[in-house]
This record gives sequence, C-alpha cells and structure tokens, in this order.
Amino acid sequence: MTDLRQHAERIADQFSEHLDIDSDEVEARLETLVSEYKIPAEEARRSVTNHYLDEAGLERDALGGGSNSEVELAGIDAAEQWVDLTVKVVDLWEPRSDSIAQVGLLGDPSGTLKFTKWAKSDLPELEEDAVYRLENVVTDEYQGQFSVKLNRTTTITELDEELEVGDDETEIEGAFVDIQSGSGLIKRCPEEGCTRVLQNGRCSEHGEVEGEFDLRIKGVLDDGREVQEVIFDKEATEEIAGIGLDEAKQMAMDALDTTVVADEIRGKLLGRYYRVRGPTFGRYVLADAVEKLGEPTDPEETLIKARSI
Amino acid sequence: MSQAPTRELAQRVFASEFNDAGYTFKESDDERAPLYALLPTGARANRVFIVGTLTEKSDVGEDSEYWQGRIVDPTGTFFVYAGQYQPEAANFLREAEPPAYVSIVGKPRTYETDDGDVNVSVRPESITEVDVGTRDRWVVETAERTIERIETFDDEANEYAAMAREEYDLPIEDYRRDLLSALESVEEADDESEESAETTA
Repeated sequence: MTDLRQHAERIADQFSEHLDIDSDEVEARLETLVSEYKIPAEEARRSVTNHYLDEAGLERDALGGGSNSEVELAGIDAAEQWVDLTVKVVDLWEPRSDSIAQVGLLGDPSGTLKFTKWAKSDLPELEEDAVYRLENVVTDEYQGQFSVKLNRTTTITELDEELEVGDDETEIEGAFVDIQSGSGLIKRCPEEGCTRVLQNGRCSEHGEVEGEFDLRIKGVLDDGREVQEVIFDKEATEEIAGIGLDEAKQMAMDALDTTVVADEIRGKLLGRYYRVRGPTFGRYVLADAVEKLGEPTDPEETLIKARSI
Repeated sequence: MSQAPTRELAQRVFASEFNDAGYTFKESDDERAPLYALLPTGARANRVFIVGTLTEKSDVGEDSEYWQGRIVDPTGTFFVYAGQYQPEAANFLREAEPPAYVSIVGKPRTYETDDGDVNVSVRPESITEVDVGTRDRWVVETAERTIERIETFDDEANEYAAMAREEYDLPIEDYRRDLLSALESVEEADDESEESAETTA
C-alpha cells in the first residue's frame, strides 16, 4: 500500500460519520496535489483534511485525528486522547489473542509505554529496535496503567534515525521473601483484548470461559531497606525457575493440581538473592533480565566501613 | 480503589541483637495493627529475613507436632518454632537433615519464661535450604544494615533509637563488635578458599 493510499484511507475513515466519501475519491485529491502541484504528502493530507472539514462544517477538534498534539510517552495521563508519537519499539511480546496483531513496549526519551495493534486494523508490521512516527494513536487506561492503541486510522512512518529511550528501567537486588498467590500455572480470559486471570474458571468481566494457560510469577524482593513487587512473565519465569509452559502443564496434569507449579517455584526462589532489571508498571517491576546472586562481592569494603564507625 | 496495606519490610539482624529484642509494641489501637519487636540498634521489626546453619531440630510439641529449630549465625543462635499453623515450615523441619544452610522469612515472637526472662524467637513464613554463597551474602548484607542502624542511632529524629534507649540498657558497641567478627569470619573463609585454590594450582 502506498503512503497516499494510507493517508486517503485514514482521512476517509475520519470523515466516515460525517460525509459520504470513499477513499478512492480522497486518494485522487491527494494524488492531484502531490503529483501535479508537487506538494509534500504531509501538506497534501492537511489540505485535503481541511477541505473535507469545510464541506462537513466541522471544527478540526471534532475529528478523532487531524493535527494531534505530539506528546511524550511519560506525558500520557488520560485515556481516549488522540496523539502523535515518535517512538522506538523496545520490546515485542507474544499476543495473547488472535485479535491482536502486535503488542509490546514503545520507548522515547521520557520513558516507555505498552502498545497494542489490532489485527483488524491491517497495519504494517512494527519491528523491534526500529524508530517510527506514529500518527493518530489513541490512549487507553486499565487499572491506572496507561497504554496506546494503534487503530485503522493510525499512520506508521519508519524513521531512519536513532532515538534514545528514557531509562524508566530499574534494577533491584534482594532476597525473595514471598511468592504471591496468582503465581505459577494460571489461566487467562481468551476474550478479545481481555487477558484477565481467571478465578475458578471465571473472568471478572466475561464470566465462565475456556481459559488459556499461561505462566507467571508475582514475587516480592526485599533488600532490608525496601520491598519491591516483581512480575515475571512466561519467558522470565522459564529463565528464573527453569520451568516452561509445557512442563508446567505436565506437572499439573500428573498431580491433578495446578498449585504444584507455584510450590515448585517457591522452593526454587524463596530465600535466595537475585538482581532483576526491567521497566516499572505501577507498583511492579516487570522482569526483563534476571540474575541469581551468589557469594558477596566485596566483604572487605563492608569490613572497612564497620571498623570506621 | 482501596490501597492494599503496605507490606512490612524484612529486617536484617544478627542473632545476638535479635535475641535482645524482647520489647514489642503496636503503633495503633486497631486489633489487626502489626506487632513490632524493637531492635536494640533502633528499628522496628515486624518481619525478619535470616540465613544460617540449621544445627538441630526437635519436636517439642505435647499433643501435636511443634518443631523447634536452632539456626546458628556468626553471632549466636536463632530459635525457630513451627506448628500446625505453619504447615510448610513444620514439614521442612520434620524432613530436614542438619546441618544445613537455611533461609527463613518470619515474624519475631516473644514469650516470658517462668523466671521472668523474655525469650525472642522466629515464627517462620517460609524456610528453604540454600547454599553457602547465599549465607555469606546474608552476613555481609546484615552487617551493612546493622552499620546503617548504628550510624543513625544518635540522630535526634530517630524515634526507634529513642525508644531503644528508654526500653533497653544495652551498649550498642556490643553489636558493632559482633558484626565485625561476623564479617571477619566470612572474609577468613574467603581467604582460605583462595589459598587452597592456589595450593591446588
């Protein structure tokens, strides 16, 4: 799909509630401006959008798009806002539902934020570590956590530049003092866009559903100064506890009980020291990198401190 | 949305200091308010994290199982008790074969003996077997935290230090001496293993 075609479809979409226009007509207008009048595509888009705004008797604000404000990720503090972003794809995660084309983490100098791209939006594939300008994405909020959603009207332009990603990553060290309930082999709601963890086969939103298995750890690291809750996703759980999803299912099947998985994880992690690095989400650190800590690195230094009190 | 209560920190404290922490208190009249043991170096402890050597275990229960474990660190011995309300910890002690390095997360508990002494013990939330590296790391970490408490003991704003001065008549110097010898024991072991490595090489 050409850029003009994308712009055209997006404009047609934006006006679909107000005017009876199709994307071919919009594309023809853009084409004229770009090919005959040598106007840059971005300017052409603006001009065509203004034309239709006039025709529909609308103010620019009435559209869920047009000229959004360019925002930084850390500045996103409300849901349902239409924004433009310049971001780097920091991480791509496994989508939990067929309705999601891609899900992961975007970063800019201000920090990082989760994004979701719907399968039905039919957008080009985002690649990890690439930098993009995303126009017309909409913000969302779930339990105090913000995210952005790419939709049919979003335009994606890959930029040939480096973008520094802000360090909202934290690194913590400590001993595991608790592995919380909801750890181990769990089931998630398979409904579109819902990944809630089921309680007794029920989703708090969708009722009784056929859940999909997943593996995670909700743990508490404590260094004697601070307490920090940490979440390990399926991959991080496999890395730290050495149990993959298939093995976990097998363990649960053999024992006719899913709690054996959490028990095994408790036995492996509790009372041991770890270093964990990852982004912060609310009260949790999401573990990206994990390292088990063995013997102390420098007792000598502590000894000098102790002698000097 | 109601905020979940903040989880209590697990204090790092050596056995010699822990066993002196016989004064307990609550900070609100609420029936479910957390109970704190007052550490003599001036901190409150609702929870502790300890690592040491399980040297002995015995079932001291009369009607039902009640397991006692002795956990030794470089400064002294922690007493740990687990009964029917700590089934996993009781299970661990029943199956354990001392000597073994263990990590324990637990709550300080006190009881008064017949002759009026206050004994301090640990009621475990979890016990796991660990390796010597984890034990040594704990010794250094516990020394660090104890140094931090000693260094702020004379701060005017330190309310728990003030409380400790009032409730205990214990010289802080003792705990400094204990943490020094604890650190030295880890360092000596370190040097020996290096020497033996050199000899082998």
